Amino acid sequence: MKNKLFYILEWADNTLILGQRLSEWCGHGPVLEQDIALTNIALDHLGCARNLYTYAAEIFNGMDAVDRSECFASVAFQRNVKEGHQADEDDLAFLRDAWDFRNVLLVEQPNTDWAYTVARAFLFDAFNYYYLTAMCNSVDERLAGIASKSLKEATYHLRWSSEWVIRLGDGTEESKTRIVEAIANLWPFTGELFTATEVDTFVEGLGVDFAALKPLWEQKVAEIFDEATLEVPTGVWMQSGGKTGTHSENLGFVLAEMQFMQRAYPNMEW
Amino acid sequence: MTKEGVIAALEQVTDPEIPVLSIGDLGIIRDVELWLEDGKDCINVIITPTYSGCPAMNVIATGIRMVLAGMNFKRVDITERLDPPWTTDLMTESGKEKLKAYGIAPPIRKSKVGLGLFEEDAVDCPRCGSQDTELVSGFGPTSCKSLYKCRSCKEPFEHFKCH
Repeated sequence: MKNKLFYILEWADNTLILGQRLSEWCGHGPVLEQDIALTNIALDHLGCARNLYTYAAEIFNGMDAVDRSECFASVAFQRNVKEGHQADEDDLAFLRDAWDFRNVLLVEQPNTDWAYTVARAFLFDAFNYYYLTAMCNSVDERLAGIASKSLKEATYHLRWSSEWVIRLGDGTEESKTRIVEAIANLWPFTGELFTATEVDTFVEGLGVDFAALKPLWEQKVAEIFDEATLEVPTGVWMQSGGKTGTHSENLGFVLAEMQFMQRAYPNMEW
Repeated sequence: MTKEGVIAALEQVTDPEIPVLSIGDLGIIRDVELWLEDGKDCINVIITPTYSGCPAMNVIATGIRMVLAGMNFKRVDITERLDPPWTTDLMTESGKEKLKAYGIAPPIRKSKVGLGLFEEDAVDCPRCGSQDTELVSGFGPTSCKSLYKCRSCKEPFEHFKCH
């Protein structure tokens, strides 16, 4: 069960952290319409994360005491478990420390500017579209249901970010310079999207074959970059570690802001 | 208590963001299950969310509970079922008419027909009926709506997106 739990968290953490990053634009968008677009997309990611965390918490609560004590090293989370609390979606989002998060490094990268935000969204959305398409065939009906629900939303996320990559790439000299820089700096984080961890290989039929998604993603990226007059980077050394809990320093800053209220005032509601 | 009777009663529950639409018009009631426990009526209302993160779902569930509270059930369950995902194809024709009368252009396309990049739906203005409209933003104040303006009567309006 531990592998299944971790597999779900890889997916859930991707959507929560990207959703949190996108929501940082709330009130700061370059124009109102795009501010709204980003918060709408962030809400979709958050909704998906919520569906997944609810399921993950049920799985966690159903495990035996030894397994439960070994799943997470985060002190706040463990304290709750030791005190006999049933874990819920909020505990998974707010009480785990960075090393217990399994999202890919790409989604925790900072917003920086509009070009970075668009490039990060596009590189992830293209992956997410094919990932969810494959997850619709999962032997786990509940995960397949969450995937088919989110796929409809991921489809227009990809449409939105594809359009913006084209606008910036085939736009002005300034917009092109910026999107080229953003892609160059984010590209090293794309390799991890298609790398299977030990957890991924233990959930055959339930999870997806990550390597098989890579050619689909490459084709989509090539198609949009071509339209955007951008070149696909080659020969880049790829970073990894997020899926096994080794994160960049950026995740700590995301969590510090996102988790502050629950850490400072445990169990508060409003 | 019959299933049809319960569904008719639930017509009173409306979308908090678009109060002219009932949850029946929206097509989010999946099923109603009735059974007896110790000779008393029990009910499970199965609903499906429109969008994954739709904040209206909690309010809608409370609305359902309020209506059922007056109907003498021993036990009321409300469960969410995601699959198959909700689509605007489930919206009733009368729901679409109500939307239009309320000033929101209803969905015009079947959800299976996607839009290409930089394509937009040609939506008629719900106020003056003109076809001369333009998309202002693909995203609106709620997940389910986009923003348009009418070039004829100059009024801005919302469009319930095909989903």
